[in-house]
Amino acid sequence: MEKQVIITISREYGSAGHEIAEKVAKDLGLKLYDRNMLDDIAKDKDIHIDYLEKYDEKPKRLFSSRKVGAYTNSIEEIVAEMQFDYLREKADTGESFVIVGRCAESVLSDREGLVSVFILGNPETKIKRIMDKYHLNETDSIAKIKRHDKHRKQYHNRHSNGKWGDSRLYDICINSSRLGPDKTAVIIKDYIKEIMDNL
Amino acid sequence: MISQVLAVVIFVVMFILIVSEKIEKHIVTLSCGLLTMLLVFGISMHSMAAITETLNLHTIITKSFWYTSGSSGESTSGINWATIIFLFGMMVMVEGMAKAGFFRWLCMRLAKMVNYKPVPLFIAFMLMSFVLAMFIDSITVILFLAAVTIELAKLLKFNPVPMILSEIFCANLGGSATMCGDPPNIIIGTSLEFSFADFLVNTGLIAIISLIFIVIYFYMVFGRAIAADAAKDIDLSAIPAPKDAITNKRDFTISSIIFGCAVILLVTHAQTGLTVAFIGTVVAIVTLIAAGKDALGLLKKVDFKTLLFFIGLFAVVGGLEQTGILEKIATLIGDISGGNLKLMVAIIIWISAIASAFVDNIPFAATMIPIIRSLSATQGVNLETLAWALSMGTDIGGSATPIGASANVVGTSVAAKNGYIIGWGRYCKSAAPATIIVITISMVIIFIRYC
Repeated sequence: MEKQVIITISREYGSAGHEIAEKVAKDLGLKLYDRNMLDDIAKDKDIHIDYLEKYDEKPKRLFSSRKVGAYTNSIEEIVAEMQFDYLREKADTGESFVIVGRCAESVLSDREGLVSVFILGNPETKIKRIMDKYHLNETDSIAKIKRHDKHRKQYHNRHSNGKWGDSRLYDICINSSRLGPDKTAVIIKDYIKEIMDNL
Repeated sequence: MISQVLAVVIFVVMFILIVSEKIEKHIVTLSCGLLTMLLVFGISMHSMAAITETLNLHTIITKSFWYTSGSSGESTSGINWATIIFLFGMMVMVEGMAKAGFFRWLCMRLAKMVNYKPVPLFIAFMLMSFVLAMFIDSITVILFLAAVTIELAKLLKFNPVPMILSEIFCANLGGSATMCGDPPNIIIGTSLEFSFADFLVNTGLIAIISLIFIVIYFYMVFGRAIAADAAKDIDLSAIPAPKDAITNKRDFTISSIIFGCAVILLVTHAQTGLTVAFIGTVVAIVTLIAAGKDALGLLKKVDFKTLLFFIGLFAVVGGLEQTGILEKIATLIGDISGGNLKLMVAIIIWISAIASAFVDNIPFAATMIPIIRSLSATQGVNLETLAWALSMGTDIGGSATPIGASANVVGTSVAAKNGYIIGWGRYCKSAAPATIIVITISMVIIFIRYC
C-alpha cells in the first residue's frame, strides 16, 4: 500500500461496529487499534493496564476534577489524551490502520488519508445482539445500551467539535442491521478501496 | 428584594457554570458580570452609582491607586483593578524568568547541592516550593518543580508521587505567607489596604510555624518510603548540569535582577508608599523593555483569560455587595457567634477551609471580604483578625483535595501525564490530615495572638 489510509470507525453500542472494524482491517490487511493500544501506553508509561482500562472512553466526572489553563487532573481526560497522542504518533509514522472509537475522526481530522465511518443499528437488532452476547434479559440489555451510548456521546462531544453520530462528521454512516455485520463490512471495504484508488 | 434575588441567582449560576467547566471560566464571569450590571443595577435598582462603584474605573486615575503616603487609604469594593494590574505584572515577569530557564536552573541547582540524595532532595524541594510560592504564583512553582522532580525520579529511580504531593502542599502554604503568594491574599490585601509586611508578620509567621510541623509530618508519612526507594548504583553523569537549563545568559541575569528588585519593592512597599499596582506596572514595563523584540511573545503568553475571569468575578461579587446580601450574611455570622471573636474566627477559618477544598478559593475569598468588613463594622471586632482567618482558611483549605487549588490540579496533571496517576484517595490520604494540622495551628495562633 503506497499511500497512508486511516479508517476511523465510530459505532453505537450493539451495532457490531467492533466486529465490522475487525473484518475491514483483516480484509484490507491493516492493523486494528482499539483497547489494545492501552497495552502499549501502559508499557511505555509504566502504568497498570487495569487502571487505564477503568478510565478508557469514559466521560469526565463532574465535580471530581478541575481544569487550570491547559492542565486537567481528570484521569478520564488524561487517559483520553494519552490515546490521542498515541494515535497522532502512529499517524505520523505513515502507518495505515483501522481505529475503533477514541474520537479518532476528530483527532486525526487533518490527515489526508482519513476515512471516517459511523455504524448504527436498529434498536431491536442491537438489543437482541447484547442479550445474546451477555446473556441479559431485554430490560437489562436496553439499560446497558443506553448507558454505553450515553458515555460514548459524552466522551466524544467533550473532545470533538462535532456531535457524536451527526452524519456531517463522517464520510459514511451505515445501518448494520439492514445487511448484517459481514455484508456491511464488505460495503465499507469497497467504499474504502474506491477512495484508496483515487488517493 | 428583586435585586437581591437576581444578584444571588446570577452568583449561583456563575458558580455552577465555573464548576461544570462547560464554558470557559472568563466567559462565565464576564457574562454574569454584565448581567449583574444590566439586570441588578440597571433594570432592578436603576442605580448608575452602583454601576460606577462596581466598575471602579475612577480609582485608577487617583494618586492613591499608585502611591500612598504612609497611612492606609480607604478599602475598596467593586472591580479590584490593583489586583488585576499586579497579577498582570507578575505574569509578565514570571514568563520572562521561565523563558530564560530560571526555574529549571534553580531546581537543578538545589538538587545538585544535596548531591541528588532522595531524602535531602525531598526536604529541600519542600522548602524551595514554600519560599518560591511566597513570591511567585503556585502554578508556575509546581509546574517546574513537578517536572524536575519527575525527571530526577526517572534518573534516580525513585517514586516521585510523595515528593510532588509534599511540594504541592508547601506551595500552597508558602502562598499563604505573603500578600502576593496566593490570589486570595492579593485580593484581601488590596481590598482591605494591608501591606506586604502586614501579611508577612501575621500569616507569614503562622505559615512558617506550620511549615516546621508540615515538613516533620511529610517526613514521617513519606520519608521511609523515599529512603527505601533510593537506588545505590546511580550514574550521576547522566543528570543534566544546572547551567544547561539556562537558555540565554543575558536574559537569565536580567530576569533574576528584575525578580530580586520586585521582591525588594514588595517587602518595602509600606515604607516606600508604592502600591502593588505600581510595582506590577513597573515590573511588567521593565521586563518587556528588557525582552526587546521578544516582548510581544512574552505578552502573548500572559494568561489574559485569568485576568478577565477576575474582572467578571469582581463585578458579580459587587452585585451581592451593592444589594446588601453580604451584609445579611455578616449579620447572620455575628448572631451565631454572639459577638464572640473566637467563635467568629473559628467559623470563618473552618468554613473557608472546607469550602476552598471543593470550590475555587478565589470567588470564595472575593465574596467573603465584604462579609468580614461588614462583620467588623457591625460587631466592633478587629478586621485584621478576621482577615488573617480568612486568608489562612482559603489558602490552606484548598490543599485538602486534588481540586481545591490550582497548584494541586497542575501538579497532579503533570504527574499523570508522565504515568504517575494520583487519584482522590491517594491525594487526600496525606493532604487532608496535613490541611487539618495547619488549619488547627492557624486557629490556635490567631486565638492566642489576637483574641
